[in-house]
Amino acid sequence: MVSYIIRRLLIAIPTILILIVASFFLIKIAPGGPFTSERPLPPQVLANIEARYGLDQPLWKQLWDYLTNIVLHFDFGPSFKFKDRDVNDIIAQGFPISLTYGSLAFLAASIVGVALGVVAAIRHNSWIDYTAVSMGIGAQALPNFIMGPILILTFTLWLGLLPGGGWNGGQWEYLIMPVIALSTSYMGNIARLTRSSMLEVLNSNFIRTARAKGLPTRTVIWRHAMKPTLLPVVSYLGPVFVYVLTGSVFVDMYFSTGGLGQAYVGSALTRDYAVLLGVTILYGTLTVVVNLITDLAYAWFDPKIRY
Amino acid sequence: MKHMSKLALATLLSTTMLTGAAIAESHVPEGVTLAEDQTFTYRQLDEFSSLDPQVVEDVDGANVVRDLFEGLMNQDAEGNLVPGVATGYEASEDKMTYTFNLREDAKWSNGDPVTANDFVYAWRRAVDPELASPYQWFMELMSIENAAEIIAGDMAPEELGVKAVDDYTFEVQLTAPLPYFPQMTTHATTFPAPQSVIEEHGDEWTRPENIVSNGAYVLTEHLPNERSVRERNEMYWDNENTVIDRVVALVINDENVALTRYLAGELDQTDIPAGQYPSLKEEYPEQAVSFPRLCNYYYTFNLSDSGPEAFQDVNVRKALALAVDRDIITERVMQGGQPPAYTFTPAAVAGFEPPQLEWAGMEQSERDQMAKDLLAEAGYGPDNPLEFEMVYNTSEAHEKVAVALSQMWKQKLGVQATLANMEWKVFLEERGNQNFELARGAWCGDYNEASTFLDLLDSDSGYNDGKFSNGRVDELLEQAKTSDERAPLYTEVEQILYEEMPVIPIYHYAGVYMNDTDLGGWPVDNVEQNWYSKNLYKIAE
Amino acid sequence: MVFGSSQRAAAIADDVTDQIPVRGRSLLKDAQIRFVQNKAAMASVVVLGLIILFVLIGPLFAQWSNEEIDWDRMGNIASEGMPSIANGHYFGLDELGRDLYSRVIQATRTSLLVGLIGAATALIIGTTYGLIAGYVGGKVDSAMMRFVDILLAIPLTLVIILLLVIAGRSFFMLFVSLGAVGWLTMSRIVRAQTLSLKTREFIEAARAAGVSEVTIMIRHILPNLIGVVIVYASLLVPEMILTESFISFLGLGISEPYTSLGKLIAEGAGTMAYGTTWQLLYPLFFYVAIIITMFFIGDGLRDALDPKDR
Repeated sequence: MVSYIIRRLLIAIPTILILIVASFFLIKIAPGGPFTSERPLPPQVLANIEARYGLDQPLWKQLWDYLTNIVLHFDFGPSFKFKDRDVNDIIAQGFPISLTYGSLAFLAASIVGVALGVVAAIRHNSWIDYTAVSMGIGAQALPNFIMGPILILTFTLWLGLLPGGGWNGGQWEYLIMPVIALSTSYMGNIARLTRSSMLEVLNSNFIRTARAKGLPTRTVIWRHAMKPTLLPVVSYLGPVFVYVLTGSVFVDMYFSTGGLGQAYVGSALTRDYAVLLGVTILYGTLTVVVNLITDLAYAWFDPKIRY
Repeated sequence: MKHMSKLALATLLSTTMLTGAAIAESHVPEGVTLAEDQTFTYRQLDEFSSLDPQVVEDVDGANVVRDLFEGLMNQDAEGNLVPGVATGYEASEDKMTYTFNLREDAKWSNGDPVTANDFVYAWRRAVDPELASPYQWFMELMSIENAAEIIAGDMAPEELGVKAVDDYTFEVQLTAPLPYFPQMTTHATTFPAPQSVIEEHGDEWTRPENIVSNGAYVLTEHLPNERSVRERNEMYWDNENTVIDRVVALVINDENVALTRYLAGELDQTDIPAGQYPSLKEEYPEQAVSFPRLCNYYYTFNLSDSGPEAFQDVNVRKALALAVDRDIITERVMQGGQPPAYTFTPAAVAGFEPPQLEWAGMEQSERDQMAKDLLAEAGYGPDNPLEFEMVYNTSEAHEKVAVALSQMWKQKLGVQATLANMEWKVFLEERGNQNFELARGAWCGDYNEASTFLDLLDSDSGYNDGKFSNGRVDELLEQAKTSDERAPLYTEVEQILYEEMPVIPIYHYAGVYMNDTDLGGWPVDNVEQNWYSKNLYKIAE
Repeated sequence: MVFGSSQRAAAIADDVTDQIPVRGRSLLKDAQIRFVQNKAAMASVVVLGLIILFVLIGPLFAQWSNEEIDWDRMGNIASEGMPSIANGHYFGLDELGRDLYSRVIQATRTSLLVGLIGAATALIIGTTYGLIAGYVGGKVDSAMMRFVDILLAIPLTLVIILLLVIAGRSFFMLFVSLGAVGWLTMSRIVRAQTLSLKTREFIEAARAAGVSEVTIMIRHILPNLIGVVIVYASLLVPEMILTESFISFLGLGISEPYTSLGKLIAEGAGTMAYGTTWQLLYPLFFYVAIIITMFFIGDGLRDALDPKDR
């Protein structure tokens, strides 16, 4: 197991490197640069700016400088749009915010989602099942760009209970709406996956056998059915976890949270190369790590799995 | 020439001014009871690009910088020049040398005096290739001696034509007698910069913990993409007359969310989303305001070789322009009090006299008839319909206008216009490379003068995406650069634009805001919307 | 896993033989019977049929096209644009004064196609990819999954913009980019299930009995994957519908005057505070109806195709 983890971590290095190189060239071929604007800069001014950021160098040199700066100084370069800040600043400021509301939303979505799904499956075709299913569909039917305005209208304008946006160091009243808005649609999906996976497991031979042996339902579910049920759910949760952890652009936009989601999408739209690359590397690293964890989790859910 | 006389007056006044404090009066009208809490909270569309006066390039950032730093001259509520750090200026006979007299009581927020050297440092900094400010071109446009050479890297920044005659006298040498030069000193790029602080903290000097500024406010808090807070600068020379204690800018991208939060009482000011002005005006007549701005909105034909053959025919261009019912666009689509546009330059521009164009006075039905005739003359009709693609960048408001235009053309002229939205940077790239047939465009004036708009249609302009080229227009614009009688030149250019129709003017912008009733002093008459928090006040309710 | 003798393997194979669907036709027939007996699933099929019918014949009743602007009512939408039988705008008007009835029909047609084709593309690619990675395992699995990791992290916005620039705007490119997004998570799910399934005794048995690897994958593993694959694919349908609006925002998807449910919902959500809630509710109704039918049809298919149920 340990050697497997080490091997996977070693593979992570070339993986991230390929990601960086691919993203780097992707960015360079995409039309429009960071300094393309409504009023095109005079060539001389543009040349000065490009010289300042080293963009006048050949591509391979730019890539090389970028990589060596990361390795030697852990410096991910300047932001071309937010000129008073660099990539390290932007990630250091946005990531903790996204991490906070993202992990809360993730917890809410997975706990409530799994619970709804399990309950619905156990009481298949009962009113509990129907209620859970309706809640799941309801949650799925309200993507965050509908949830955002609805929440703000309800809690801020009509009820006057919660502030309409901002972060304020992550105080609870600023957290509620972002967490709800971000978690609902995932909650619905997780409930749905859990329910059908559980139904399938409950129908399988080994559970039937366990039940036939006269084991109490609770024991059967907890001891035997839970692990195989969660296997596909965990595969789904992996990418979701990475996604919510790095924040959601909708949540950041609607609730002015200042998270990384907005910085990420914004940097792609403004071609703020270094910011985009920096967040992509963070995203890639998280993906690799989280997928390693889920792979390890598989082995726990199903001890027979070998890689 | 209202514009020029105003300038002359300002010059005259400045030489006779004694001290700034003597003329600065309280801007709060008599009889107003001020509120206890003087906090002004407003919505900011986007995170600002920078708070460095020489680097900032966006409107949101410039609004903050104008509060934090004070340049030579300021604008009043009508957009007229009033003293800033300079109590006034003198222009030499040939208008090539300007001398600004600085007030002696101006201080930085750390207590240091603001001197002419701070301006020398800042202006050199603005043109320094090493700083690589995106607004270097502005300094070049100001025609300061050697600016162009320094930007090109052929001279050292120290050679810039500015000098501190003494601590309180700042002198500028120009290469051309630019008539609107003093106006340009209200622009953020020309604001002073604290050399010692910048040298100590480098790129991080604008952080709240480092920044030193000379304006009415200092930055106390900055949470990117969330909020920034600026508070009264006790060292400011006119601190006594500053009413607002604290200014909070909240970044809210979504205008509908911003309006909701305004209605929930979280903001004193926000923008009104397109189409919502009439109903808000009815419900909150005191709060919804609309006033003209210095921006235009147009569609440009691609007249280069890569453009469609059809647009080479002036009759086609005219037909399309005539068939646009501008009243529908302004009154039923935008609905925010935008003036319909029959000229490229907004009528609100100072010193601009719009020509009496025949189409501006016609009924829409007459324009439609004329459009049909012109298109038929050009050889297009039911059996040979005109087809083209029109591009715009993705945005709800642009899309509404584009759809309305295409439907007008389709129903009135049988023209088949395909709509294509594009992501902003792709759009700019395609438009800039003449990879389009008809493209949306908009322009906001850099200063309050017609040339800031009309220069776009100069053959050599880097902004001339439609590649319109007319010798007479170029000639007139060249003359205007040094002429004292500029209005007739601009009027003639507009006349030619009507005859040639290289662009379809649609409407001119309006500032459409919700201003809370307890917010006083908002400069609705300042068409450039250069506002200063120090001139605002909160009224007790 | 090592077996003592092939004899024992054969015995186990016999033992679990009911898990090996040998005759495909009877499996499908059984599945069909089970599906038809599932009331919720059948009801959903009917509802979906009605939606499709509405999309097909609805335009016959429309008094306005999806692009025509009602010039007289434009500009007064909140007071004059509400749904009305009398003026022919059954679902009211959108912000610009266009008939929402026609627009919703056109949007539902587009989004249904986008959702189904997008999900199907993701399903086919994701299942094949995940199945191969999980079943072959080892270095191949590792390489294939690291490739997925890279694709999961690469900035999608730029990929789409590049596709737009290279291939131009078209319906086909929209499906390509949707498919490119959707299959990644699907492949991870399928791979995990495959990893687990291939250690099961009946697979070992089949292998010991000399069944070829490809046959094992298609005949033995795939049927056991169908449950989770179908459920996840049904989740992908709404996700594809919403992703489309982002792709169209970037300029690669659908452009005006054509529209989609995702776009109509987003527009309606933006203006819901201004007294024009019908602009949100009608498209949302069709979107939710699609989600619900997908839910129960997915559930019904899963139940029907689940080999363990027999």
